[in-house]
Amino acid sequence: MGNSEENKEKKGRYRTLVFIKGKTYAKEKDLDISEGEIATWPYLMRKELLAAIICTIVLIVWSILFNAPLEELSDPTMTPNPAKAPWYFLGLQEMLVYFDPWIAGVVFPMLIIAGLMIIPYVDFNPKGNGYFTFKETKFAMLTFCFGFHILWILLIIVGVFMRGPGWLWFWPWQEWDPHRVVAETNYDLTSFAGVKSDSFLGFMLGGAVVFGYFYAGISLPYRFLKRGKNMAIEKLGFVKYTIVAFLFLCMMALPIKVFLRLALHIKYIWVTPWFNI
Amino acid sequence: MENQQKDTFISKYKKLVKEKGFFGAYFTLVLQSKVWGSVFRHGFSDTPKNRMLKIVSNVFLHLHPAKVKRHAPQFKFTWCMGGISFFLFLVLTVTGILLMFYYRPTVHDAYWDVKDLEYQVPFGALLRNLHRWAAHLMVITVWLHMFRVFATGSYKHPREFNWCVGVVLLVVTLLLSFTGYLLTWDQLGFWAVTVGTNMARSTPLLGHEGPFGEQLGMTSHNDIRFALLGGSLVGGNALLRAYVWHCIGLPIIISVFMMVHFWRIRKDGGISGPL
Repeated sequence: MGNSEENKEKKGRYRTLVFIKGKTYAKEKDLDISEGEIATWPYLMRKELLAAIICTIVLIVWSILFNAPLEELSDPTMTPNPAKAPWYFLGLQEMLVYFDPWIAGVVFPMLIIAGLMIIPYVDFNPKGNGYFTFKETKFAMLTFCFGFHILWILLIIVGVFMRGPGWLWFWPWQEWDPHRVVAETNYDLTSFAGVKSDSFLGFMLGGAVVFGYFYAGISLPYRFLKRGKNMAIEKLGFVKYTIVAFLFLCMMALPIKVFLRLALHIKYIWVTPWFNI
Repeated sequence: MENQQKDTFISKYKKLVKEKGFFGAYFTLVLQSKVWGSVFRHGFSDTPKNRMLKIVSNVFLHLHPAKVKRHAPQFKFTWCMGGISFFLFLVLTVTGILLMFYYRPTVHDAYWDVKDLEYQVPFGALLRNLHRWAAHLMVITVWLHMFRVFATGSYKHPREFNWCVGVVLLVVTLLLSFTGYLLTWDQLGFWAVTVGTNMARSTPLLGHEGPFGEQLGMTSHNDIRFALLGGSLVGGNALLRAYVWHCIGLPIIISVFMMVHFWRIRKDGGISGPL
């Protein structure tokens, strides 16, 4: 038999014979739903709509109850004391107590952004992907929580609630006294060794401390872990390890400087003609 | 003959009203109409096919896949923070556009326009409050969303790039809020932005007080702060720049990145879950 004849015969089998009114046995192909899945409509949509409604209600009620702040007309000749940045930047402003503006206001924010973006490319831990876990991602979680909750959020809380005139510490229940003076003399690190920080020797000494901090902080753990044939270091490789260690040391520089300032009254570690750290 | 036809025409509707009541008949007719059918291409009976069509035949909803992982839409997993951030962005867009009708970004008018909003414009105070509080809330929800994504390790392969897009969205959210801060032109916004932009003075290389800025010939009239403010002080130019960035520039940027962000969620396998 030829092909065309075969087709003819097949077509012939579907001639209309009679119309019958009633339910058909034919079925349209349904959405294929397996055990692990649910239909977006209604199970996800209703939650989203519910969340939107709750949000709207909360926002409207909140907006009726509390007015957005509006102070008097701006006056460039009258600087308020203290002049505070928006609350979400107060962590950065609080850092100004411990670092010069080029670090606190520019370099650290850049490092935070870069550091956040680098995270997925240096985290080789395949575990803890797609579920809440602390046990399986201890280092990542501890580092992130320290940076986010302690350094970022805590500094914001300090900046919003604890800082008064002259950026001095006032407890929330204390009255702001604009005439309060705190006598505080800070010293540069090298002066502890009897070297003037703005002298050439002080410059070299301070630079050695800063570079030594990063060199030791990067190389010592590397050698230690390498000797111990640590899995993490093998997987990371030298370059990625250096980046992670550098960012980690930058982050830790903040609490270290806070400690040095509060405990030892240290102003700068390294003084140069161009910048101070 | 004509009379008989008219009878059946009317009796058809009479029967429908009798069966389903007035509103029932009305909705039946609307849903069966050609107009309705041209807009909505799905039925309303609760069948798996209709559930799918409701999502995929709607340009707004088809942001979602037709089906999601069982664990994915659980509140205890997502905290709803990404979705709420997006919703707040929509709220801010709507209230922001309405606010633009009443606001002029000039030193002479800005503050008094805000005052008018508070005391003269019907529901103006509510409108401004909504915009302000939603903006603050959005900063918080974006942070919480980031923390949730981190805590669930959802930045890991294959979502590395989307995490980076998210970081950009976080930064733009903060910039949007920051540029909006100045627009009220009151002491609070003026000095907050003065303090904030003073940091730009100290940008290494590009700021006149930053490391090596002076050596590169930076002064207060040509450094990066001057570019941001359109002057060496926070003044009329800075207000206009903040306004244009706040209302046009940054919303466009954030929208583009949001498009990529949402699209990549789907392309990277939907809401993250245990592998």
